[in-house]
Amino acid sequence: MTCPAPTIRVQHQDFDLSTESRALTDGRADIGAVVSFVGLCRDEAGTLSALELEHYPGMAEAEIRRIGEQAIARFDLLGLTAIHRFGKIAPGEQIVLVIATAPHRQAAFDGANFMMDYLKTSAPFWKKEHRKDGTAGDWVSAKDADDHARDKWR
Amino acid sequence: MVKLVYFAWVRERIGKGEEELELPAHVKTAGDLIAYLTTLGEEYENALQFPQAIRVAVNQEHVEHDEPLTGAGEIGLFPPMTGG
Repeated sequence: MTCPAPTIRVQHQDFDLSTESRALTDGRADIGAVVSFVGLCRDEAGTLSALELEHYPGMAEAEIRRIGEQAIARFDLLGLTAIHRFGKIAPGEQIVLVIATAPHRQAAFDGANFMMDYLKTSAPFWKKEHRKDGTAGDWVSAKDADDHARDKWR
Repeated sequence: MVKLVYFAWVRERIGKGEEELELPAHVKTAGDLIAYLTTLGEEYENALQFPQAIRVAVNQEHVEHDEPLTGAGEIGLFPPMTGG
């Protein structure tokens, strides 16, 4: 059996979850489970005007594709879509989408979870804060918790 | 000549996004490259003073600091990633 190819997009424009989900499931009767994750731009302190996402063009897409191919092979996924946005993104807007499809729920949950854990620590994106008061914001720091989340798959 | 590309605060501190450099023969690994770059000026030293915080990609694939740069056409240096 040949592995399905993941659908990977790195883009500034927004995405639509239901459109992307239907693209994976339309016309198929073998899929029993669809698990999706959407990551949003969050502003806990109420001081953020936007996050600016910088990426490494070319490598960002290639790295997400490498992770996606691993997820498909490891969890026998029937389909996988990952979309990551770059550029300025306001609080409440969508940043990242992962959808995994499989015959049963566990593989779909695990596939989407694996995908996000690796994407956060390996895909070349960096977030910089822009503050409402116009002062220069900081680069968001990487979290040890994200490394630990990834390491559970090893 | 090898193309070097920098991202996020590494790019900001060095003051440019990319450049082409002729690397000396003794620069054999990603770690050697970081050590060499810190000798090129204050801005490089400032960007790369904590080598363990610097991630390296050769031809757009992650490498460890002890891996060789053999066949490198493009080398990326950047901080730990914070996407997702």
